Amino acid sequence: MARIDVRKTYKLYIGGAFPRSESGHSYEVTDSKGKFVANASLASRKDVRDAVVAARKAFGPWSSRTAYNRGQIVYRIAEVMEDRRPQFEDAVRQSEGVSAAAARGQVDAAVDRLVWYAGWADKLAQVIGNANPVAGPFFNHTAPEPTGVVGVLAPQESSLLGLVSVVAPVIVTGNVAVVVSSYSRPLPAVTFSEVLATSDVPGGVVNILTGDASALGPWLAAHMDVNAIDLCGVAGLDNAAELATSLEVAAADNLKRVRRAPDAEPDWTAEPGLSPMTAFVEQKTVWHPIGI
Amino acid sequence: MAFEYAPAPESRSIVDIRPSYGLFIDGEFVDGRGSSFKTVNPATEETLAEIAEASDADVDLAVRAARRAFRGWSRMSGKERAKYLFRIARIIQERARELAVLESIDNGKPIKESRDVDVPVVAAHFFYYAGWADKLDHAGLGPNPQPLGVAGQVIPWNFPLLMLAWKVAPALACGNTVVLKPAETTPLTALLFAEICQQADLPPGVVNIVTGAGSTGQAVVSHPDVDKVAFTGSTAVGKAIARAIAGTDKLATLELGGKAANIVFDDAPIDQAVEGIVGGIFFNQGHVCCAGSRLLVQESVTDEVLGRLKRRMGTLRVGDPLDKNTDIGAINSREQLERIRELSDIGEAEGAERWAPACELPSSGFWFPPTIFTGVTQAHRIARDEVFGPVLSVLTFRTPAEAIEKANNTPYGLSAGVWTEKGSRILHMASQLRAGVVWANTFNKFDPASPFGGYKESGYGREGGRQGLAAYLKEADA
Repeated sequence: MARIDVRKTYKLYIGGAFPRSESGHSYEVTDSKGKFVANASLASRKDVRDAVVAARKAFGPWSSRTAYNRGQIVYRIAEVMEDRRPQFEDAVRQSEGVSAAAARGQVDAAVDRLVWYAGWADKLAQVIGNANPVAGPFFNHTAPEPTGVVGVLAPQESSLLGLVSVVAPVIVTGNVAVVVSSYSRPLPAVTFSEVLATSDVPGGVVNILTGDASALGPWLAAHMDVNAIDLCGVAGLDNAAELATSLEVAAADNLKRVRRAPDAEPDWTAEPGLSPMTAFVEQKTVWHPIGI
Repeated sequence: MAFEYAPAPESRSIVDIRPSYGLFIDGEFVDGRGSSFKTVNPATEETLAEIAEASDADVDLAVRAARRAFRGWSRMSGKERAKYLFRIARIIQERARELAVLESIDNGKPIKESRDVDVPVVAAHFFYYAGWADKLDHAGLGPNPQPLGVAGQVIPWNFPLLMLAWKVAPALACGNTVVLKPAETTPLTALLFAEICQQADLPPGVVNIVTGAGSTGQAVVSHPDVDKVAFTGSTAVGKAIARAIAGTDKLATLELGGKAANIVFDDAPIDQAVEGIVGGIFFNQGHVCCAGSRLLVQESVTDEVLGRLKRRMGTLRVGDPLDKNTDIGAINSREQLERIRELSDIGEAEGAERWAPACELPSSGFWFPPTIFTGVTQAHRIARDEVFGPVLSVLTFRTPAEAIEKANNTPYGLSAGVWTEKGSRILHMASQLRAGVVWANTFNKFDPASPFGGYKESGYGREGGRQGLAAYLKEADA
């Protein structure tokens, strides 16, 4: 007799724990051919708010860690992902309907991207900060610092490589993230949260909500304790242009830093450059007199 | 006995103020199509000149001129652009005295400050960014970075010429052209700058200056052919701009309000700290977005610090901005004076104790004495709202952790000050304060090589330094 498989209940990832949505809602996830795969938690406004609270609590300790330590932890995420490659390949193949080889390529690229970002942790300040030769007897120095809590609308199509490409630059620079995953392709994000939970990433540093960016985005964009927002995931949604505009308008209420929505989903295999990191850092300048 | 100072007025004769001014568009002064308004000397209420109020159609003309000029200016080699900026910097130095006197007449700030701070730093900005024009490949923004296009720039009345320099110098160095709107109460030095552009033979249309009030600024910011918005001013207007450009391709840098904490520890050099507190809040009549308007004193030295602060405040001379002995000039406008009075009255009504040294204020003009409030708590409006005047709120703390919490307890995050002899504590405080600029054992220092800008609701982007170029450049198209 055939073995009955044990199916998984897909949950949210908030503050290092895996709660169901407080609303009790879930939604059906289908594969690329429309076949039922699983039910995923449908995050609510309250889940967004809980995630922001968890993120804010994590921000102080995470941003105070040494850059070396943050780099080690981001590298550790890559290590744990590497270990679970078959599971990610299945999730990507099922979500995106690509061949096994293509799915493998995406997982490899996602792991490699994490490794690339891990190395930036203790170099970004050296590359974009500097000593300033002011006209007077002053020590004057400028260095990047994290902006704070960043709301991330993850790409809708690239369920893993895209997700990693928007989350890694946020956390490696010392920010914390509240992420809304791809709506129709949430499974790699759920697996990614399980990796985060076992990768020495402190609870609350990354919070992942499965759900609808069109519904959750406005709450994130209007939340007064969110400092910045990445609108990448708006590309490809219904009425994307109108949605992006309304999210930018909401973000203006507390002058959130906004990484604008691209016209179409970018090519995630391309080199990211520095802008995903510089979009979410401030530059702090410190002056002190020079004297005996 | 106290010695009186003899008056030492700077002569106005070096400045020639015309009865009326038009707009500066495409290299020429032209009449506006809209109405006009008057700019007054805030120290005397004397009308200085009639100023054109640019209409939407005028702004459109200016943007078109800037767009036409962009072609040539952006393609000119950086080496050549640099020479124009060096020329402008030199002319500013040549005409420094004229600019300083005009700035003090129109703005009300003491000549001591316009002469020794504003104008020299303005010249320094043009020199600094002139040197970047042919080195943009080394700005850290990738090879061959490109200008954005036409920059619409709106600046405030507190540092009329300095804010112009902060905006115009980096924009031009990067190959952008500009349409700049100075504040309605302080347009005169921007119009003199237009003459300087003519003297420097700057190609027509590279710099355009449109005078007017809020609606002119709105027309500049929302013009569909403006690629980049740069604004310095209130947080409320900054938010309105962020909303207005939502969904467009316009980029923006916003330098907005602040409510800086100036934190004095018990081991601080008290006399130097008192000088820093005075400079932090009374410099430029307190019309400074990064003013140290919240003094946080460690409890054990509060009496000593306040005693010496009050004694020092008693020596500040309030009066004629053109007198070289003047420390505190006129409040820039009647409207601003009303706001300062209103917030101060609220401070008293909410239970804080108000103190100002005895000082005689001139009978005409807009004046407010240097004032401190003690017994202030974090809930008081004078501890939360930006007064933008010579009004200091004094709070106390016991531990560094408490100081950090109180300092960061504001939606703003522009600047902060720390006074202590302990180096490790300075660096710890500097790292914990959520502010774009931290002055340690000094305050209100500015330099073109040093990036300036805020965290949180103090806006986004940086001006000054290499970081200031990022606001006016994009990566080359692949």
